[in-house]
Amino acid sequence: MSLIPKVTTVTSKAMPVPMKDVDTDLIIPAQFLTSISKDGYGANVFRRLRDNDPNFPINRKEFDGASILVTDSNFGCGSSREHAVWALTGAGFKVVIAKSFSDIFYNNSAKNALLLVVLEDKVVDEILQSAKNADYEVTVDLESQTVVLPDGRSYKFEYDQFRKHCMLNGLDDIEYIRSHTADIQEFRNRQEKQRYMSTRGA
Amino acid sequence: MSAAATKKAPEKAGKKSVETAPESSGSGATAKNIVQKIWDAHVVTRIEGHPNVFAIDLMLLHEVTSAQAFQLIETRGIQVFDPTRLLATIDHSTPTRQNRWEIYDEAARTQVETLRSNCKKHNIPFLDFDSGKQGIVHVVGPELGVTQPGMTIVCGDSHTSTHGAFGALAFGVGTSEVAHVMATGCLLQKQPQSMKVEFKGRFRRGVYAKDAILKLIGEIGVGGANGHVIEYVGEAVRAMSMEERMTVCNMSIECGARAGLIAPDETTFNYLKGRAHAPCAEKWDEAVEYWKSFASDENAKYDKSVVIDLDKLEPIVTWGTNPAQSVSLGERIPKLETMAANDKAVAVRALEYTKLKEQQVLEGTPVEWAFVGSCTNGRIEDLRIVAEILKGRKVNPAVTMYVVPGSEAVMKRCQEEGLDEIFRAAGADFRMPGCSMCLAMNDDQVPPGKRCISSSNRNFVGRQGPDSITHLASPATVAASAIAGCITSPAQYV
Repeated sequence: MSLIPKVTTVTSKAMPVPMKDVDTDLIIPAQFLTSISKDGYGANVFRRLRDNDPNFPINRKEFDGASILVTDSNFGCGSSREHAVWALTGAGFKVVIAKSFSDIFYNNSAKNALLLVVLEDKVVDEILQSAKNADYEVTVDLESQTVVLPDGRSYKFEYDQFRKHCMLNGLDDIEYIRSHTADIQEFRNRQEKQRYMSTRGA
Repeated sequence: MSAAATKKAPEKAGKKSVETAPESSGSGATAKNIVQKIWDAHVVTRIEGHPNVFAIDLMLLHEVTSAQAFQLIETRGIQVFDPTRLLATIDHSTPTRQNRWEIYDEAARTQVETLRSNCKKHNIPFLDFDSGKQGIVHVVGPELGVTQPGMTIVCGDSHTSTHGAFGALAFGVGTSEVAHVMATGCLLQKQPQSMKVEFKGRFRRGVYAKDAILKLIGEIGVGGANGHVIEYVGEAVRAMSMEERMTVCNMSIECGARAGLIAPDETTFNYLKGRAHAPCAEKWDEAVEYWKSFASDENAKYDKSVVIDLDKLEPIVTWGTNPAQSVSLGERIPKLETMAANDKAVAVRALEYTKLKEQQVLEGTPVEWAFVGSCTNGRIEDLRIVAEILKGRKVNPAVTMYVVPGSEAVMKRCQEEGLDEIFRAAGADFRMPGCSMCLAMNDDQVPPGKRCISSSNRNFVGRQGPDSITHLASPATVAASAIAGCITSPAQYV
């Protein structure tokens, strides 16, 4: 059962956000989190940056249709809100390239077909620089784990093979975990004698 | 507490490795730290090339990150795996005014009502307004005694690391993973690395646990512990109360740590004893023995370690837009030219936002707002310190001060001890429990352009309201600054 979109090869102009430590509050502020749906966050992605800077790339027409975001290091730090991922996918992003990502954001992205790609610092810096004019088209392919730049140079990126299999096939964790139901039951039975907590009666 | 070796694996799986039960102490086996012990005790399957199926003992729920998870399992016709391992409350988007049952914002109201009805439908214990137990999810878990040593705890909230104060492995997850735990009681996880942080020495007067954790974050940076679980050790940690330990563990995520924890000891056991969901008298000794077995073995190894000396530590206040951008009071904001190029760019943007300059001394900067509360510093000991400072004094007329208890239980305790009267007499607004102005999801917002000294955990751009400016500090520094009307050291008040 595929409930998550499958990750496919993406070719798109790259949109540079040359900032370090972009937190999830900056990706989607808390004021927009009161929805009970996964939809509708895209319109407010990077809301504060957009409002404060008319030249922020999302405000620029030349970047319309860009589905690859390129940024600096530690992208997605702070709050665990998966809304940050939904805001990015809602705005049409399929890939984020950076020097590094925060842990929770990395996990959340993998559950929503948002492909996070870590490249060497100098390559990321080069893309950030080259992509400023909205004419820098990059291809990202998970199958071969490569990023291809407009001049044909190709860079390999690392990716967990298990996650890769899930993302290429649109598989989520629930089915995998449920295929181990017997193991889980056995584990819980064994654990029961050292269980000292129940929330019942709270 | 032996961990399971998997019995079967899907056909595509790589080879299995049978793992041994964790040893509780040395005895010739490889020494393990607390992170490895808790990890090993919760691994359900260990298949090469696959993440572990990893058992979760407790999941806490709140209104903001749960609705979509319920939708996910309902769409697939999956029942909640074990409601006795789930506990829900409302905190993030709830009002903190007196008549909080009436939520004016329609979306927030729907969100709260959705959790209320989902819990009813799935038989999940729900701590509603006026139950005497409602409050910030990371305040109520420990209060009720559902947070216990050796457990694995998750919540759709990054400050879940708070529960690590009890020697639990507690971490924030996204909504998809909330659904995974609802459906299976498990997550797919890779074992994190471990990092030892030693707090040496003793606090000086006017210096608190909050200053210690801000110091650590400032030292290693907002990504300094990415991929790691921190164990806090050292004499200063042993001397801390449970509430101080919670403050420290709470902000582990602010340096990127997956979690932060502290091995349980007598302080932990004394705190837990007699709590509503703590083990009963007959099981108490057995539970304590079990909990003690999780303490790190002597000579246990860590992937990284850091030592922070508290002897000379002074009150810390942030100047920028991430929790690592901080200085001691009296110290100047660093010179930009001393920073690495990337950090400099971040600092330039931050200073522009906070309307400060490099080399400026923070002390004396006027503030218009003061906030005491949040899962970091909204507990009774925090409010006692604030009351001690405010007693017989007045909040500066230029400052609006909110004091928001972390839970209904904390609020009740304040009333019993007469702290609420002290806050009111000083001119502070003592409000109903919730996350409030920490993330400004409700009406509690710092107005645009205004400066707030805050006991919360994040000073991100717009965190306390659009264009608000946040200075993170200890509750004592917040109280002292509220009186003075500008950023001030609490040393002269305590």
